[in-house]
Amino acid sequence: MSLTPKDKSVVKAFWGKIASKADEIGAEAFGRMLIVSPQTKTYFSHWSDLHPGSGPVKKHGKVVMGGVAEAVSKIDDLTGGLAALSELHASKLRVDPANFKILAHNIILVLAMYFPADFTPEVHLSVDKFFQNLAWALSEKYR
Amino acid sequence: MVEWTDFERATIQDIFSKLDYETTGRNALCRCLVVYPWTQRYFAKFGNLYNAAAIMGNPNVATHGTTILHGLDKAVKNMDNIKGAYAELSVLHSEKLHVDPDNFRLLSDCITIVVAATMGANFTPDVQEALQKFLAVVTAALQKQYH
Repeated sequence: MSLTPKDKSVVKAFWGKIASKADEIGAEAFGRMLIVSPQTKTYFSHWSDLHPGSGPVKKHGKVVMGGVAEAVSKIDDLTGGLAALSELHASKLRVDPANFKILAHNIILVLAMYFPADFTPEVHLSVDKFFQNLAWALSEKYR
Repeated sequence: MVEWTDFERATIQDIFSKLDYETTGRNALCRCLVVYPWTQRYFAKFGNLYNAAAIMGNPNVATHGTTILHGLDKAVKNMDNIKGAYAELSVLHSEKLHVDPDNFRLLSDCITIVVAATMGANFTPDVQEALQKFLAVVTAALQKQYH
């Protein structure tokens, strides 16, 4: 399910609308993921506070959305563009790729909450495909 | 048997007591048919599903969305025996409708997203957890009679 030119332009246009709230969206989505899918907390046992709105959670939400922003800018070659991030997730972080889907679901949910009028079914379709391709690129170096 | 906390029970009753079945049902099913277009395979008789606008305006989609959401009432009223309550519906989806159970998960995600967008700030992470757990239990019950 690779990205069509239309998907890419829809994603870039929508990102333009939401970019100013990216940090907030990241923090919200990440916080939700830790609560709704508690198995994801296993990767953060070294943090002092895993509650939504806490320092570490907000900071990491921002980091994640920074990665998403990078992916948007490199949307024409996600595998190449995200090679370094893939290496990080594969060798150092060793996050099970199944979790990328869980986080994507929460980001999409928060986007729908914050931008109900703009996050139409067609935008949702392209954004869902984008996250799927992003996850695939992020998994590239795993094995 | 599924264990529900008091919060989860109250949350599910609250969500469904305030739900606009027509709007939510139509929006959730429409979103599912657009975002996961292979789900359209089950609705060949619905007429024009050619694009998002057609799907959104299709009266069969609207009606069926409402039907599906009211189907969840069975679980809302029988939270301590959702498996038993859905035995017949499970047989229907398996033997007659031949629906791949993965579709239940896709539709559940769309329902969650539409309810989240409607409830806004009231859709807290704890409420999200309760709804996703509820829909997961319903999905498992609907798969139970497949063989």
